[in-house]
Amino acid sequence: MTDIRVVRDDLLPPRTGERRHLISISDLTRDDVERLLATARSFARSLEREMKKLPTLRGRTVVNVFYESSTRTSSSFELAAKRLSADTMSIKASGSSVDKGESLKDTALTLGAYDPDVIVIRHPQIGAAQLVAQATRAHVVNAGDGKHQHPTQALLDLYTLQEEFGRLDGLHVAIVGDVLHSRVARSLIQALALVEARVTVVGPPTLIPRGIETMGCETSVEIDTIAAADVVYVLRMQRERMQEGANYVPSLREYTTRWGVTPERVRAGQKIMHPGPMNRGVEIDPRVADAADALIETQVRAGLLTRMAVLYDLLTTGPVGVKAQTLHEVA
Amino acid sequence: MLFAKPGPPNDLIVRGARVLDPGAGIDAVLDVRVDGGTISELGSRLDPNAHRVVDGEGLVLAPAFVDPHVHLRTPGREDEETIASGTQAAAAGGYCAILAMPNTDPVVDSSAVLGSLIETAGLEAEIPVGFLAAISRGQQGAELTEMVELAEAGAAGFSDDGMPVTAPGLMRRALQYSAAAGRPIAVHCEEPTLSRAGQMHEGAVSAELGLTGYPSVAESVMVERDLALAAYEQRPVHVLHVSARESVEAVRVAHAAGVRATAEVTPHHLCLTDESVRSLDANLKMNPPVRSADDRAVLIDALRDGTIQAVATDHAPHARHEKEVPFEAAPFGVTGLETAFAALWTHLVEPGLIRLETLLQRMSSGPAGIYGLPEPRIVPGEPANLVLLDLRASRRVEEQAFRSRSANSWLLGERVTGNVKLTVAAGRVVHES
Repeated sequence: MTDIRVVRDDLLPPRTGERRHLISISDLTRDDVERLLATARSFARSLEREMKKLPTLRGRTVVNVFYESSTRTSSSFELAAKRLSADTMSIKASGSSVDKGESLKDTALTLGAYDPDVIVIRHPQIGAAQLVAQATRAHVVNAGDGKHQHPTQALLDLYTLQEEFGRLDGLHVAIVGDVLHSRVARSLIQALALVEARVTVVGPPTLIPRGIETMGCETSVEIDTIAAADVVYVLRMQRERMQEGANYVPSLREYTTRWGVTPERVRAGQKIMHPGPMNRGVEIDPRVADAADALIETQVRAGLLTRMAVLYDLLTTGPVGVKAQTLHEVA
Repeated sequence: MLFAKPGPPNDLIVRGARVLDPGAGIDAVLDVRVDGGTISELGSRLDPNAHRVVDGEGLVLAPAFVDPHVHLRTPGREDEETIASGTQAAAAGGYCAILAMPNTDPVVDSSAVLGSLIETAGLEAEIPVGFLAAISRGQQGAELTEMVELAEAGAAGFSDDGMPVTAPGLMRRALQYSAAAGRPIAVHCEEPTLSRAGQMHEGAVSAELGLTGYPSVAESVMVERDLALAAYEQRPVHVLHVSARESVEAVRVAHAAGVRATAEVTPHHLCLTDESVRSLDANLKMNPPVRSADDRAVLIDALRDGTIQAVATDHAPHARHEKEVPFEAAPFGVTGLETAFAALWTHLVEPGLIRLETLLQRMSSGPAGIYGLPEPRIVPGEPANLVLLDLRASRRVEEQAFRSRSANSWLLGERVTGNVKLTVAAGRVVHES
């Protein structure tokens, strides 16, 4: 093992000595966000090379535990860990002891017994990531807990915006749709507030949570207000989260008519984002989704870089372990 | 109406404590002598008469507390609490009487179930305990229980606590029929279609955390409905665990109109706000939820001015493994018997939000009066129901120290001031520390 040689101090997280997690955007400072985005950018350069694998996290173990279905998040976390040479293990709720009624705490204790460096968890219930953080000695990354938070999604969205516009402060983002049930919206509103961007939340009054303004956003029920924004961020209309008979909207048809993002409702040059998976023809018109101004595939690519940055960031001040090269040396 | 295991009454002198009985108009440093479980004399330098002497110097001696709202989980969940463990916890908290709610498994809705509880209490209750019976069979909200027979069998009152009586027609019948039973009706006010899936108070914090909101109005519309029915039927009604400003305002309006309404509030609603839920600690999940700072201030005002007569812990024990789950999956409820006084002394009296005298009244004769229980008094001739308080001692609330079988306290790890040094319930020393 070579000695640790810090070449770029600005890309190293503060040495607090505490075990760090990424559970909510509210855990981060603006400096943290800037550092994570800068780290992601340096990984972007390294991934342009033919040999994409970096030895940075060699000997480290990253466990992905997914209690909900996921394509983007689970695949990008797994690939991010592999690109950094960590050992990875992915557990899905179906086919595991969860099917036999094992509690989250016991699953966490079981996985914790392998002494993983990072546990990435997605779970349908708010508070799941906290519980895993309390039950194990691993760094915990929240990959989505119920309607609460999805912090790496917000970071990849910031990365996408930064690459596209070259700045974040002063950007105006309109977030359209089912904010009430959206962890993506909660994390993104907090993240945009942190970097001093402007946020307008647009949707049916029943799907805009009471009190959301205190998070630092404006609200509107008029779809026309999206025209003033630099970016239209379309949320998935989460049918699976709609409790039966809850009457949030009378029908999907009425939702699409009133709040669907159609070519007529967006300006030329206005950028379009969506966290996926999309319901084409419901919250977003396919012509908008496929237009040149859509950044949706860029978001997916940013997901890999951002998740690499998060894993790197959490582990560079980790407890004891293999720490061979600095970011500068590997990237 | 109250039941406890038999035991020999004690002889005792508490020497030199500040005796504070607001109801009897006493606030003086005195000796108090107890002969055979009965208060016999108050004075200075009393003859010990070979009694055991407890040094009360620097301490406060007050009428012991009455808790009108606890869950003893018996029958059905004896792993969480039993009559023995719950009454030991109450003794440690300074209580001389508690009332248990009927939402057990099976529900206390027949004289057979009630009779077996009374029998068990006679064998193992450390302090006197009373039992409420359900308003509706199985707490299903459809048919009334046999209230007259239950009252004759010893029910202290009637409640479907844990569940609202959703149908206004049934609520009206319960209020009407309670006149024949002669026992009060206590209402859990919650409009289920408004509180549905609710996890915490609806407001800025729930918006940020994504937890489904349980709005204040889900409580207050039912408080207003039940007060309207009580007014119409000219019957008394007791509103359980008031949490919202709008509910307090409804009670004030009812009082002004002459409705015989009483109300209670929990220590956690008096001490906490929804900001505390940011920790996502399952021991901050309760029904009704802790609400905004404004609601909390209104509750404190209402307790101070007497709109709310009683502090009730709503002591709700839960097995550890049931609370060690993500916040959203956790059951509602927190314990309170062993921490109520210290919590309220630390969070309300010490910061100057309420006077000690007021708190003592709301924890003792206030709740006793609601159910027509004897009011504890430090007066010669009265049974000894005493609590000796050390207002300077502080401690960290630790899981191991609880007598309760459950430790789901919102105060775990917190430092509180105000210790119960001695509890005398119905003439017996039931707790010393």
